Amino acid sequence: MQLGIFSVGDVTQDPTTGRTPSEHERIRNTVAIAKKAEEVGLDVVALGQHHNPPFAASSPTTTMAYIAAQTERIILSTATTLITTTDPVRIAEDYAQLQHLADGRVDLMLGRGNTGPVYPWFGKDIRDGIPLAIENYALLRRLWREEVVNWEGKHRTPLQGFTATPRPLDGVPPFVWHGSIRSPEIAEQAAYYGDGFFANHIFWPSSHTRQMVNLYRRRFEHYGHGTADQAIVGLGGQVFMRANSQDAVNEFRPYFDNAPVYGHGPSLEEFTQQTPLTVGSPQQVIERTLGFREYVGDYQRQLFLVDHAGLPLKTVLEQLDLLGEHVVPALRKEFAALRPDHVPTAPTHASLVDADRETATEGAAR
Amino acid sequence: MTTRIAVVSAGLSVPSSSRLLADQLSSATAAALRSAGHPVEVDMIELRPLAHGLADHLLTGFPSGELAEALLRVRQADALIVVTPVFAASYSGLFKTFFDVLETGALEGTPVLLAATAGTARHSLVLEHALRPLFAHLKAVPVPTAVFAASEDFGATSDGRLAARVERAAHELVSLLAGPVLRGQVGGAERHGRPESGQVVRRGALPAPDEEFGDPTPFEDLLAGR
Repeated sequence: MQLGIFSVGDVTQDPTTGRTPSEHERIRNTVAIAKKAEEVGLDVVALGQHHNPPFAASSPTTTMAYIAAQTERIILSTATTLITTTDPVRIAEDYAQLQHLADGRVDLMLGRGNTGPVYPWFGKDIRDGIPLAIENYALLRRLWREEVVNWEGKHRTPLQGFTATPRPLDGVPPFVWHGSIRSPEIAEQAAYYGDGFFANHIFWPSSHTRQMVNLYRRRFEHYGHGTADQAIVGLGGQVFMRANSQDAVNEFRPYFDNAPVYGHGPSLEEFTQQTPLTVGSPQQVIERTLGFREYVGDYQRQLFLVDHAGLPLKTVLEQLDLLGEHVVPALRKEFAALRPDHVPTAPTHASLVDADRETATEGAAR
Repeated sequence: MTTRIAVVSAGLSVPSSSRLLADQLSSATAAALRSAGHPVEVDMIELRPLAHGLADHLLTGFPSGELAEALLRVRQADALIVVTPVFAASYSGLFKTFFDVLETGALEGTPVLLAATAGTARHSLVLEHALRPLFAHLKAVPVPTAVFAASEDFGATSDGRLAARVERAAHELVSLLAGPVLRGQVGGAERHGRPESGQVVRRGALPAPDEEFGDPTPFEDLLAGR
């Protein structure tokens, strides 16, 4: 089980102090949070890509490369890379370049983005969201896997004799997760290719996540990548912890009540019941997170959102301390004990290289 | 097969004249269906207790608890009776919000009886100027007679014209139902998805939300842009 954090990179006012960090501060904080995540023993840090205020996260690979240079072990991922409005040629090149710099500690999660105006700013139309995700990803796969690509599609200028450079590290493209909240087409896409499926999970009721994951698992098996329970599933989660659970509730409430996504709506208590949000002690977070497995099955990656809604850096770093000290070791142990042997762990660059060599050897033997 | 009528009333006071009108309309509709030999089930949905849930849905993007159930019941109804008080020359915000959060296509082809209440009869064209276009947009099928009740229509001196309009609208709704829906030729699933040819489908046969991803479009079709 890979355990980590994902960040959207929003610049949000701290509702308790009225202070809004500068973009510079927010970007530096993101780096500090990623370094801390490695220090406390997390496996993954995933960054967002956004092209509008109040976000300061338009160029994830730049930030990821900078973090890679200052870390040793943690896997760098995205949440999400915009497959609709980003030229798939740039995605192929940027992430291959990053693979080389980070020695393979890279994967990515593709998402469509739901901000209407971003599409025309990049010459696209949000009504083409799904077709863009499908065509662009089909091209991206070829760019990573074929030396010379001749290609023609609907949404991009044709390519004749094009080679994306650099080539993926060790000839193995980064592992891809497909993120979606409510589009069955994306679960279908992930299943078709045998890629990972990431259910954002945090803003929606669990019944919905269960259905999306079940669809993906069923179709993963249908497309012959293994049994349904061998499909590669990731989940989001949202936590705020203090040693004493009432302290966590009291401290987080003003951030919850004013949060950009769900603020001024349901109460903290209601939202905690309706969604995976857990505000309480590390033990409560451990129990709640283990419960996710009951409706999505054994899964491979759990990412927590901890740095949003205007929470100050100091608080976020304390959350990481609690994650690293109490939550992650317990979850790692429990999830590993529960996972049957035939269910794989999340692919890494090393495991993908091994699998690639095995396939090549088998091919040579035949 | 039992015909399911969902009644949506947006009255705010208790008791409200919208609810009174809703009761008259649903009783008349149920009576007309029963006298034609069709068992009927009337499902009254008052929006007042759902007001918080509706505001939360606008902010969070998903319905919770009782609201989710109410939306499902409307989605699965064979016909709808809707009643709103007139606020600022139109339907109330609460009434509109309920139909704002109802998922796209949920009312496609559904017969609807439109009704409104107000303190004065001067607002009666709200039904034609606000409600009818709204339900046209939702691709529902409103019956020709929309029923408006001003306060005076509930009075002891009422000449009975409200009761006559209620009767006429109820019979129009029943005759819409008695066409294709009761014959089992048009139903919710057909309006929404891919019916087997000749299969008898009706609104109640819509997949539960639990099975909404039961029939994905194969990826080959998506790849081919189909």
